[in-house]
Amino acid sequence: MSGMVEKRGYGTWLTHAALIVGIAVICFPIWIAFVASTVTQEELIRPPMPLLPGPHFFDNYLEALLTGGVAPVWQMLLNSLVMALGITIGKIIISLLSAYAIVYFKFRFRMLFFWLIFMTLMLPVEVRIVPTYEVVASLGLLNSYTGLILPLIASATATFLFRQLFMTIPDELTEAARVDGAGPVRFFIDILLPMSRTNIAALFVILFIYGWNQYLWPLLITTDPSMNTVIMGIKQMLPTGDQTVEWPVIMATAMLAMLPPVLVVVGMQKLFVKGLVESEK
Amino acid sequence: MEKRVVFNNRWLPYLLVAPQLLVTFVFFFWPAGQAIYQSAFIPDPFGLKTQFVGLGNFEYLFGNRYYLESFSTTAIFSVLVTVSSMSFALWLAVLADRVIKGSSAYRTLLIWPYAVAPAIAGVLWLFMFNPFTGIIAWMLFQVGYVWNHNLDGGQAMALVVAASAWKQISYNFLFFLAGLQAIPKSVIEAAAIDGASFWRRFWTIIFPLLSPTTFFLLVVNVIYAFFDTFGVIHTITQGGPQQSTTILVYKVFADGFVGQDLGSSAAQSVVLLVLVGILTVVQFRFIERRVHY
Repeated sequence: MSGMVEKRGYGTWLTHAALIVGIAVICFPIWIAFVASTVTQEELIRPPMPLLPGPHFFDNYLEALLTGGVAPVWQMLLNSLVMALGITIGKIIISLLSAYAIVYFKFRFRMLFFWLIFMTLMLPVEVRIVPTYEVVASLGLLNSYTGLILPLIASATATFLFRQLFMTIPDELTEAARVDGAGPVRFFIDILLPMSRTNIAALFVILFIYGWNQYLWPLLITTDPSMNTVIMGIKQMLPTGDQTVEWPVIMATAMLAMLPPVLVVVGMQKLFVKGLVESEK
Repeated sequence: MEKRVVFNNRWLPYLLVAPQLLVTFVFFFWPAGQAIYQSAFIPDPFGLKTQFVGLGNFEYLFGNRYYLESFSTTAIFSVLVTVSSMSFALWLAVLADRVIKGSSAYRTLLIWPYAVAPAIAGVLWLFMFNPFTGIIAWMLFQVGYVWNHNLDGGQAMALVVAASAWKQISYNFLFFLAGLQAIPKSVIEAAAIDGASFWRRFWTIIFPLLSPTTFFLLVVNVIYAFFDTFGVIHTITQGGPQQSTTILVYKVFADGFVGQDLGSSAAQSVVLLVLVGILTVVQFRFIERRVHY
């Protein structure tokens, strides 16, 4: 810690004070959203709005969950959960398998396959949005969980990560397993998977947030309100000409939409930091 | 790098790569191929058949004032997001690195905006700056400044930059903090004994040693500003007013889905494809180098 070389006293207090100011600036938008979700519409449309929470917490959150906008928020949360878990688990499984094949087998077209997969790194869904939409539409996957999930699980990042990890696992282990008569499937299940446990968990945190926070893709392919995810559903609630949904309900929805990924990040902070640092390597 | 010990199996490896290859082909190569193919055609006015125009769509794009403006909008937007988010994050990381007691509490309080979706960040900032009811718009009005990002392009840009930068601060903070903590304390202590003040030490020793992290974050932030901020723009400004916040990714969407101009949208996809390619190569070049540090 560089604190060691600092003089104690004013300096330390100033540092703490500055940090607290910084945190206050960063937390301000959330505080405002939280306060707005506990008051009435009348209090919000007559500025200035209150800066301390009001008594309407349960009214607003219940209205959001049960009525919401075009669809109740509980349904949108459920759709978000299915999509986030589908993307996360799907990505992890297909990446584990392909990384295993690429590292532990010699076969024809191995490097070609590797480069084909690697190239997906270069194309976020936002870039190829129109043609991907057409492909999914022509496969009849609009308004389906499959359509929400499948196009987003094609990504090279996880494959890359597992490849790096497998490379660091000593050959002696494989040798020993082979001497013991373990085939490739046994080796994968009994040795490789347990050894990758923390990496899988770390990746899970990152991918869950990625999946939960998807916006453009669900916006395009879910025209049926019952398939809306919460991140895109909230946009539908924003007032455009004819105001229908009230701000306290919108802000309650925003709080609900943030809660799962924020809980994951804060609750699994160590894994999250590990996953973040590794998936960017 | 190659493994010395490998398994021999005729069909198993193909079975293992099959799911990923299948998904990659159907949802990646096919659409990307479609984009390149469609970029060479324009639909006739009745949408019945298409006409081959070669590179016509590209010629049209690069002669189109709005598209060129979108390039400079994207450049301004990315620079502003990157610089504001990184400098604020660096300032916080330097402070957090100096704190001995309670640094993990500070970290917890600073990392969670990472988990907020760009679209939600957009909604939160839109609410605070709502010209009629927003709390900050009201405060600005009290000091005599009229805020209306629906009319003023500069204000609209400021708002989408603030929301995008806000969301990215945690990420930058984490990497800067890790970078700072990796600097050997003996180096800094030596400078302190020589009597250098904190900020002098920071600019002459710490900041140069931090440069690998800074470069890495520069690339990541530019990529973020280019491609991951769609939700912010779409919720706050829809690219307006008068296209003043229409960044490239937003324009692909607006021309393709709202404007139904598929040829132009496909050509824009191809342009973006090339841009991402360049950025990815830069990122990997740099990261390859970083591994050898």
